Amino acid sequence: MSLGTSDTLVYLIAIPLFSSAFLLLGGRALDRVGHLIGTAASASSFVVALIELNKMLGRDAESRGVTQHLFTWINVGSFQIDATLLLDQLSICFVLLITGVGTLIHIYSISYMAHDIDRRRFFAFLNLFIAAMLLLVLGNSYLNLYVGWEGVGLASYLLIGFWNQKPTYATAAKKAFVANRVGDVGLSLAVMIAFVQFGAVTFDGVAKGIEAGSASSTALNAMGAAILLAAVGKSAQFPLQAWLGDAMAGPTPVSALIHAATMVTAGVYLISRSNFVFDNAPTAQLLVVIVGAVTLLFGAVIGMAKDDIKKALAASTMSQIGYMILATGLGPAGYAFAMMHLLTHGFFKAGMFLGAGSVMHGMNDEVDMRKYGALRKVMPITFATFGLGYLAIIGIPPFAGFYSKDKIIETAFNAGGSKGIILGCVTLLGAAITAFYMTRVMLMTFFGTKRWDSAAHPHESPWLMTVPMILLSIGSITTGFIFSNGDRLKNFLAPVVDKHHHEHETELLAPIVVTGLAMFAVAIGISIALAKYSRKTIPASAPTDVTVWTKIARRDLLQDDFNETVFMRPGQSLTRVLAFLDKRVVDGAVSGVGAMTLRLAGDLRKTQTGYVRSYALLILLGTVAILAAILVVTV
Amino acid sequence: MNAPNIEYGILGPILIVLAAALIGVLIEAFVSRRYRYILQTGTAFAAVALAFLQLVLIRQTSSKAAVSSMSIDGVTIVLQGSVLIFGFLGLLLIAERGFQSFTAQAAAIPGSNEEQKALVSGLQQTEVFPLTLFAISGAMLFPAANDLLTLFVSLEVLSLPLYLMAGLSQRRRLLSQEAALKYFLLGAFSSAFFLFGSAFIYGQAGSTTFDGIRKSIVESGGSDQFLLVGLALLTVGLLFKVSAAPFHAWTPDVYQGSPTPVTAFMAAVTKVAAFGAAIRIYYFAVGGLVWSWRPILIAISIVTMAIGTVIAIAQKDIKRVLAYSAIAHSGFLLTGIIALSKDGLNATLIYLFTYGFTTIGTFAIVTLVRDSGGEVSDLNRWAGLGKRSPLVAGTFTLFLLGLAGIPLTSGFVGKFAIFTAAYKSGNISVVVAGVLASAIAAFFYIRIIVMMYFSDPVEDGTSVVIPSAMTVATIAICAVATLVMGIYPQPVISAINSLAFFAG
Repeated sequence: MSLGTSDTLVYLIAIPLFSSAFLLLGGRALDRVGHLIGTAASASSFVVALIELNKMLGRDAESRGVTQHLFTWINVGSFQIDATLLLDQLSICFVLLITGVGTLIHIYSISYMAHDIDRRRFFAFLNLFIAAMLLLVLGNSYLNLYVGWEGVGLASYLLIGFWNQKPTYATAAKKAFVANRVGDVGLSLAVMIAFVQFGAVTFDGVAKGIEAGSASSTALNAMGAAILLAAVGKSAQFPLQAWLGDAMAGPTPVSALIHAATMVTAGVYLISRSNFVFDNAPTAQLLVVIVGAVTLLFGAVIGMAKDDIKKALAASTMSQIGYMILATGLGPAGYAFAMMHLLTHGFFKAGMFLGAGSVMHGMNDEVDMRKYGALRKVMPITFATFGLGYLAIIGIPPFAGFYSKDKIIETAFNAGGSKGIILGCVTLLGAAITAFYMTRVMLMTFFGTKRWDSAAHPHESPWLMTVPMILLSIGSITTGFIFSNGDRLKNFLAPVVDKHHHEHETELLAPIVVTGLAMFAVAIGISIALAKYSRKTIPASAPTDVTVWTKIARRDLLQDDFNETVFMRPGQSLTRVLAFLDKRVVDGAVSGVGAMTLRLAGDLRKTQTGYVRSYALLILLGTVAILAAILVVTV
Repeated sequence: MNAPNIEYGILGPILIVLAAALIGVLIEAFVSRRYRYILQTGTAFAAVALAFLQLVLIRQTSSKAAVSSMSIDGVTIVLQGSVLIFGFLGLLLIAERGFQSFTAQAAAIPGSNEEQKALVSGLQQTEVFPLTLFAISGAMLFPAANDLLTLFVSLEVLSLPLYLMAGLSQRRRLLSQEAALKYFLLGAFSSAFFLFGSAFIYGQAGSTTFDGIRKSIVESGGSDQFLLVGLALLTVGLLFKVSAAPFHAWTPDVYQGSPTPVTAFMAAVTKVAAFGAAIRIYYFAVGGLVWSWRPILIAISIVTMAIGTVIAIAQKDIKRVLAYSAIAHSGFLLTGIIALSKDGLNATLIYLFTYGFTTIGTFAIVTLVRDSGGEVSDLNRWAGLGKRSPLVAGTFTLFLLGLAGIPLTSGFVGKFAIFTAAYKSGNISVVVAGVLASAIAAFFYIRIIVMMYFSDPVEDGTSVVIPSAMTVATIAICAVATLVMGIYPQPVISAINSLAFFAG
């Protein structure tokens, strides 16, 4: 694949970036127009993306990618890193999604955040996020991607913590941060491995290096595992998934943009982008599949137990991204379907989040679905758009999710051998559970009896909010067909993710049978939900006499308990012990050992912990250790 | 016997600063109190600026000087330049008069009547300026020394003024004096090791110059026990100065006890000087013994990173957090020495240069957050700073991100360069430890950011004091440097790469 050059790519990022800086530095003077500037910036970026798409379609299929060299970033000795942008078939999909859905969410936020005194700052952060996310998908090397990767992290903490009046929000921001740091270690290691093995960190350089066979399979598997770790942290996959639910504390448009459509799917992008690594690293690829399959079920099970509408949607996002990760682990056949599901999901999930925001807007920011009910009459547009998203996510034909999910299930069955059968069944089970919990959300929110608070006066949201929802729901209806008709998206992406034109593997089941099975699974899920939630009245508070399994599911399958017991407490203890050792124990050794001395020391000098003599002893011990070491080395 | 030839031109930068320090002593002794401050600051700033100019003029030099006891080459020029820049920034903070960071009369007993009188009548002594200039000249000599004895003398010239400066704090004077005493005692203790090591090396090599030691290692194969014992003891002295574990214990106490402008100065200048000297020793003098010292430095580097990052998490005082952060950074910097390559040399110099700006900026901000009694260093009271003073909190955030090594700050460039160099040299263990430690370290930096932005302000009189132009200038320069060297570091990297060579 030959790459042309372009000198307009930089505008994609520069426009929202400058707008963000302008809004932040402009101060209160811009309060009245800040939201308009922010929206205009995002929209302009979208227009640039459309122009780029048009140009790209005009080029030959094999030479559609273009690059733009900005400047030499780091040049240390023999090693040079350029800040270069790369727009190819894979990145244009993301660019359009980010700027397109992003612009709709900007428009929605104008009204949603109308009463917030800091609306200008909110739009500045949104623009910053758009710029960073675009940098992430446009970087031509792992290192450029890393910059965007950190940038979206920063922007998302700022946005999650935007309403920082409550301590829980700050905790949520912190949790997201820790999970992401763990993931970032993975990305740094991947960069290091790439650099050592191939002397390059550009995608192109690494791909060529692998083709030339300059890396062992162990190294490739290690690199794949490191990339997976990064993806797991960013995309809230098992076992680093705990932060996503808490991140729902942020404003709802943020959840729609960052935690449904764009940032959380960065892991899928990273793995698809690194297809040349995973295609040659079977062990890492298997790990990807396992992570995807586990998360898919994990998220779905949590989704069944949530009463908070946003958390239910978040669990569903986790589960749907599980589908995408699973698909990327299935090799060349899977990447295109992962991308397709990612794009359709971007539409319908963002639409549903905006719908949830619209409901909250009408219900005094109530998020408990047990306090909803019968909202379909008072909020008809929200009901219709949310309903279309619902039909799309559970995979009813001809809505978008049907095409993309069906393809993933099919590919899973075709993975071959017992692996194929297991994965196929997992994806089918996931589809059934999805149908169950989404039907539950629909019934609890829009049907049944009114269970509103006396203070709530639900009403339909203003047009600035409903129009983006309507546009997104049109996407939920049409995109699936558009992408899958004649394998359009698959063929479009093939030059990037499937260079060697792999033929379809042997089919385990005919596509029509798979579709039938999937429909059957969905029908079961819907029926159970209908049986459970449409007849009986829904109690205003969650019933407590439930099975232990329900309790566990409500506690997010004990993910927080697990993290606390396994990581946080030992970590805190280790820190305390080390700090204690540093301060006291050395002193104890000097004074002739013993708790008495320690207590005495503590009593005597509560304010000061450091004794010169203990420090000196430490120095002496260190010296002895070094002397011993250096003499041992020589012998 | 002919008198030895002294190359005054290329020693000019050091001599200018030393001369100004002596003039400062005379000013303090003979000039009337009214004019002292203005004369002292004038002399100090002029001297540092002049020295820097002279340094620029001689930047192409690469030769031994003062009968081979010093080496003025590209590495020296870069390090001396860094010392002068950070010394200048440190002086700006020290010269800030709005805060009364320094005790009026250092000789007065804490809490005594004399002290009270001096304070009330505003009889501010200004001996801190000549002390700072002495420290700067020592810091310039230290990385230039090409002889163990010169090295020892410059170590003392650097350290002695610092011991005094650590004890000058106006507020919490007992803490400050205790820190100074501790620093002095431990410094003396480690200096003894250093000197002892020098004697051992001289005994084996028959020379104290680095060239002589280098030659003797080549000739003897370097397996002599005395030489190795000497090297080990020398290492202790150097590691003390860079505050690597287990020789780090003084750092938090001294960083906390010293007046914050002095801490800023010390954190940047000492680190540059000590690592500069260490580089010349390990790269040039005992490079032939790499098989013996590398495993030890690897172990020390890993332990230092671990101790610095993990214990920082448990700290509640901002200055102690930054002290442990400085310890962790020493661990990162050691990886550059472990690399023992041209890349490692470049990376270490780049790291030092970027780190200095960020750390001075960080401490400069610490001087701004105050209540009626002085600086507020309790971290809990920094909560909600982002709401009250968005600009200060924003700048502090930038510095913290720089220390954490997040991309688009200079810290990332330094870390990336130094880890890459270590990785290329095949020392993968230390790089893996470094990446992990960076991840942990980011946690406590971000915790402060989270605290500033996401917690509610406590109403206890903590506020940001508007500083004079000198502190503002320092913070602005440091912030711009941190950002620009993160986004477009190439000019600095190229300049350092092209300069950084040892004079054979």
